Amino acid sequence: MKELRAHAGFPIAPAYGPEDLAGVDFERDIGRPGEYPFTRGIHKHMYRERLWTMRQYIGFGTPEETNARFKYLMAHGQDALNVAFDLPTQLGLDSDDAKAEGEVGRVGMAVDTLADMEAAFDGIPLDRVSVSLTINGMAAPITAMYYAVAEKQGAAPERVVTTPQNDILKEFIARGTWIYPVDPSLRLVADLIEFSARHYPRSNPVSVCGYHIREAGCTTAQEMAYGLAIAAAYVELMLARGMAVDDFAPRISFNFTAWGKIFEEVAKFRAGRRLYARMLRERFQASNPRSWMFRSLIGGGGSAFAVQEPENNIVRGAYIALAGALAGAQTMALPTYDEAYTIPSPKAQLIALRTMQICAEESGAADTADPLAGSYYVEALTTAMEKQILDELARVERMGGIVEAVKSGAVQAEVARQAYLFEQRIVSGEIPKVAVNCHVGDRPAEADRDVELYSFDPSTTEAQVAKLARIRAERDDGVARAALDRLADEARGSANLMYPIMEAVKAYATLGEMAHAMKRVFGEHQEAVRL
Amino acid sequence: MRVLIAKPGLDGHDRGAKVVAHALRDAGIEVIYSGLKRTPEEIVQEAIQEDVDVVGLSILSGAHMLLARRVLDGLRAQDAADIAVVVGGTIPPRDVESLKRLGVQDVFPMGTPLPEIVKAFRRAERPGGEG
Repeated sequence: MKELRAHAGFPIAPAYGPEDLAGVDFERDIGRPGEYPFTRGIHKHMYRERLWTMRQYIGFGTPEETNARFKYLMAHGQDALNVAFDLPTQLGLDSDDAKAEGEVGRVGMAVDTLADMEAAFDGIPLDRVSVSLTINGMAAPITAMYYAVAEKQGAAPERVVTTPQNDILKEFIARGTWIYPVDPSLRLVADLIEFSARHYPRSNPVSVCGYHIREAGCTTAQEMAYGLAIAAAYVELMLARGMAVDDFAPRISFNFTAWGKIFEEVAKFRAGRRLYARMLRERFQASNPRSWMFRSLIGGGGSAFAVQEPENNIVRGAYIALAGALAGAQTMALPTYDEAYTIPSPKAQLIALRTMQICAEESGAADTADPLAGSYYVEALTTAMEKQILDELARVERMGGIVEAVKSGAVQAEVARQAYLFEQRIVSGEIPKVAVNCHVGDRPAEADRDVELYSFDPSTTEAQVAKLARIRAERDDGVARAALDRLADEARGSANLMYPIMEAVKAYATLGEMAHAMKRVFGEHQEAVRL
Repeated sequence: MRVLIAKPGLDGHDRGAKVVAHALRDAGIEVIYSGLKRTPEEIVQEAIQEDVDVVGLSILSGAHMLLARRVLDGLRAQDAADIAVVVGGTIPPRDVESLKRLGVQDVFPMGTPLPEIVKAFRRAERPGGEG
């Protein structure tokens, strides 16, 4: 019989039975949905009371174009937004910066000033719609813009629900939109968490992402281990500022992937919830049950999909949605079938939304909480996954902790090594992929090109640059300059930078100007390039 | 044979670049990896200084036409057009031929099998290389 391994590496037996649950204590380890340690989910009745939020990742071109796409998906039943920003925005470069050439509006919407965020959310009430902002190195200024738009709309701060990603550690590991060195970058993360906890109590000021690290190649167990290690690093950061754990931990959220083997994915989340609850309660002494809850967006990444016969990706997306539902997602976002080619077309985005809706409404996966609980296989997998995650956490400790491991490049090198091992398992056929390394048909490659694709509009840059010039001309330059000077001054000290950033934002200082003011003080990160 | 694997532009996705670098190294090829966010000018300079046979550009941001053109133009301007340029990443089908017309020797869109990529690098070795 063929040997099979989980993505995490441990062997999978051909059958499981009661003997595989030795050592599992039902009350202690599994418990009930909505109860510590939340193995079975963070809510008592899960989707019977509230379905997961559907939050496709959207953004391209100008804020005006993105606003129209937001409204299109909301008209089809999407109930929340997840904003994609272009790379210049993510890296703090204005659209007219030479380094931004060719990248304006490409992989997300371009933002230069508050005027762009006003346009992006025009006609969208920010006291009623929750919005994720996929922004990290520039999370502080972009979230400040978001808060300023909400204020201009007259939204009460306590009704504003936004989730800036604000997870810079995973950017150093996986996604690469770092700007400043690690320590000042962490200061900005903490400034935004502290400011939001104080003034925007329903905002989720950090979304810890295992997702991108998995997309970069790590194993399922490493995805969870690195995510937990990063979350612990942020908790420690806030405790060092003198905040009480229960003042910010209830608003920490997560973003993980669920592609791969469905039962292994479910086990990963069950183990992760258990470990997180124990970490917050036992190690960090949190007493508010909400501080113990691992609330997660569960999605899938493009790496789950294939370029060959791209329509097959729609089917893969449905399995990701099923895994997410069985795993107890609070929010879901799916990749689109055309992602291996370019950013999503409206048709592909609608199919992804419909996939989640079909899973939620038709499949029965949402009928009862944690439907796989008690399965010999899933409980044994959950235990195995927990052990593997703990082993990976111990390895991180041996690297000097996650922050040191990021600085030295050790964790990045491990992720790259795993990515290569994974690719070898694809090449050898050990990890099957239909129409890629097995069941490869004789369909001509041209057929795969017959996909309706999003086409980038090259006039985007022009429109965005013209708008930026207009805003610069119209604003009170003296007020903007003074705000930027204050930002640079305060960056030299240790005050919370969200206050001068809010001031600069409202003076229509550009993102590039704010980024530069801080760069003058913080310098730029030098990547530890290791293969 | 020596190869420079480079990440031009602002794109931070380096999984593909690093996987290819590992595979080339395992195939006995000497590999230099640029790290993230290099300008085309920096890549041209490094390619010449390191005397590589091939520059492999990894681009997932959609800015591949512009960035590839800059690198090719830079190499030509420095009399280094004998250094081959190949491109991998999120490349829509319609851009594969356009890249080749610019002078890119090979294009590896998503889904290209790793062994094929290694073979293509081998083909791009300059005559007189140590093999």
